[in-house]
Amino acid sequence: MRTPALAQPEAVVSDAAASTGSAGRLSDLPPGSGATIVGLADGAPPSTAHRLADLGFTAGTLVQVVRRAPLRDPVVYRVKDYDLCLRRAQAAHVLIRDAR
Amino acid sequence: MTDAGCHTGAGGGAVDTALPRLALAGSPNAGKTSIFNALTGLHAKTGNYPGVTVSRFVGTLQAGDRRYLIEDLPGTYSLDPISPDEQIMVDVLDGRLDGEAPPDALLVVVDATTLRRSLRFVAQVLRRGLPTCLVVTFTDEMTVRQGQVDLSALQQALGVPVVRVLGNRGQGIDELREQIVRWPTWPTPALPPPDDPAEADAWAESVLSFARYRAPERHRVTQRVDAVLLHPLWGTIVFLAVMVAFFQTVFTLAAPLQGYVETFFGWLSGLVTTHISNPWLAGLLGDAVIGGVGAVLVFVPQIMLLFLLISLLEGVGYMSRAAFLMDRVMARAGLEGRAFVALLSSFACAIPGIMATRTLPSAKDRLATMMAAPLMTCSARLPVYVLLIGLLVDPSARWGPFGAQGLVMFGMYLLGAVSAMTAAWVFKKLGDRSGPLLPFYMEMPPYRIPSARSVLIAVGDSARSFLRKCTTIIAVTTVSLWLLLNLPLHSSADLRAHGVDPGNDTAVSAYVADHSYAAGLGHLVAPVFDPLGFDWRINIGVLSAQSARETFVATLGQVAAAENPDEPAKALKAMKYTHGPHAGQPLFTAPTIAALLVYFAFALQCMATVGIIRRETGGWKWPLIAFGYLTALAWIMAYVARTITALLAG
Repeated sequence: MRTPALAQPEAVVSDAAASTGSAGRLSDLPPGSGATIVGLADGAPPSTAHRLADLGFTAGTLVQVVRRAPLRDPVVYRVKDYDLCLRRAQAAHVLIRDAR
Repeated sequence: MTDAGCHTGAGGGAVDTALPRLALAGSPNAGKTSIFNALTGLHAKTGNYPGVTVSRFVGTLQAGDRRYLIEDLPGTYSLDPISPDEQIMVDVLDGRLDGEAPPDALLVVVDATTLRRSLRFVAQVLRRGLPTCLVVTFTDEMTVRQGQVDLSALQQALGVPVVRVLGNRGQGIDELREQIVRWPTWPTPALPPPDDPAEADAWAESVLSFARYRAPERHRVTQRVDAVLLHPLWGTIVFLAVMVAFFQTVFTLAAPLQGYVETFFGWLSGLVTTHISNPWLAGLLGDAVIGGVGAVLVFVPQIMLLFLLISLLEGVGYMSRAAFLMDRVMARAGLEGRAFVALLSSFACAIPGIMATRTLPSAKDRLATMMAAPLMTCSARLPVYVLLIGLLVDPSARWGPFGAQGLVMFGMYLLGAVSAMTAAWVFKKLGDRSGPLLPFYMEMPPYRIPSARSVLIAVGDSARSFLRKCTTIIAVTTVSLWLLLNLPLHSSADLRAHGVDPGNDTAVSAYVADHSYAAGLGHLVAPVFDPLGFDWRINIGVLSAQSARETFVATLGQVAAAENPDEPAKALKAMKYTHGPHAGQPLFTAPTIAALLVYFAFALQCMATVGIIRRETGGWKWPLIAFGYLTALAWIMAYVARTITALLAG
């Protein structure tokens, strides 16, 4: 389910990619993997961006993908030492690097 | 599940401004409500899924020789509100709500295991400059999970008092009480936390390292249990099994308990009949008051069992998992997993369910869920379903390991759930005014063993609110119904003139009921309900159930008792149409019972629900829409059910 808002901020991704070597979106990470958050995509609606930051999705924070729901959405993430679930649509606003 | 209606005197209203007022703030799941309960002794219910605290609770605390007002604010992650709840919380802090001044001091509750995230919120609160005390909960769980935090160092780093409290065990409450007494002398941070959100993380890390914080490991039990309960295959099977077991338990385990209650009221009613000589008074007391209230009290064991199971699932943390598993399914109806929790609450009662919609950030979601909630099979329908299914299905009939009655009951719950989802989808589609896009997020708390106290509070509260409904609305309805059924008075001469022997009690009561005001009313609405196969006696039941569904059972009980006071159940089965083209044929045939069951599944027969929708939406538009569409739907679906059953039955 791609919304126009998600398709837009390619520029931000490539900026991040330029400075870190590799970049992507949190929604693309498979369960069991982890990454460092680079920031939030420019196209994120303000209320979403605000709330994602409140919940701990801030630049420099480590994030791990814990588990996907049986129907693949939503996904449980571990961020700032606790577990939280987001839908893929929200996770797509979170930019990451160093997938490992 | 939370029944804020129970806490009258706790929410809103006039607040004594002379007392110092302290507000509890913090994120959902931090344990605010347990602390609130421990401080005030008020039984506000706690739960282990986000958004349980949906309304404002105020209680008083007696500490030393002074009294304090303690206010429980809705859980929030931030002081930048994106939902109506959070707006309330910020308005209270800013003193913008109802012209009330801001609270005198704040108790900020944080879960030790989510400290790294919570400090951002703490920073926002500290910048407000109100006297603040940090209350740290779940330090026991922190230790178990190999985490560590030095609270005295944390106090030094933050510059405000820090108290450790284990809310569910009441540990640390005395220290917190002593701290509250000293609130005017609480220190404030020498240097307020940074204003710039970009610097918030650096500030939080410096505080954590000063407090020698070591992050807790993932909860091992939770990890292992989730591997099964959230597994694509096993998780789904467990979820379905939990739901089936849930309803089988409610239906089969409660039966013997109900038997005891029935026996007790039978005995009480018999006592009245033997000791009161005036037949009119004996009838009013025995049949109307004791019989009517008793017919409803019979269902208290079942309702308590239902709430016991719900609050156990909630307390353990399974509700969040259920919301997680159901999110994609709920998304089909345009809702989110948390709406599942609101709808599941409506299985107990639509009122807490509708109130729980406050946790949904989008107004569109809230309306859609509110319009759907009355379709979920609430506990008030249970008595009606039990009665009707008892008439429809042979109790010994089985299908595999399950009783057929239990399966039909499960089917009724399924019908409720499916229609609720459909209704939510329709209302979501209709209300296409595009609001701001609100994100979906939900905390997954670790599995916890709920304290017996919080479970008992939940069960007790539900029983209390149900009983209050019994003693007021239902008692008034049954007594006025008894009067309608027994008035006007007929003199012996009058009876004789119509060929009735005044000495024959059965004949007299049958004649009186048949010529009562109630019969007149039942006949008056007959054209509406005739196509559904209802006769005037069922019509009276349906009309009286308009205020509260449970009264249907009491009403039919009274009608049956008028015909055969010794064995009302038998009288009910033997009832025949007295008027119209079907006169003389059995009344409770399969098509009629099916139509009745379906009518009760859809109709909005609950004035309390209409009232709560009015309160939540701030006008009469939505309650009237809900009432209108549900009544029309009930009639149409009942007609369909009657036709199909008649075809199947041949």
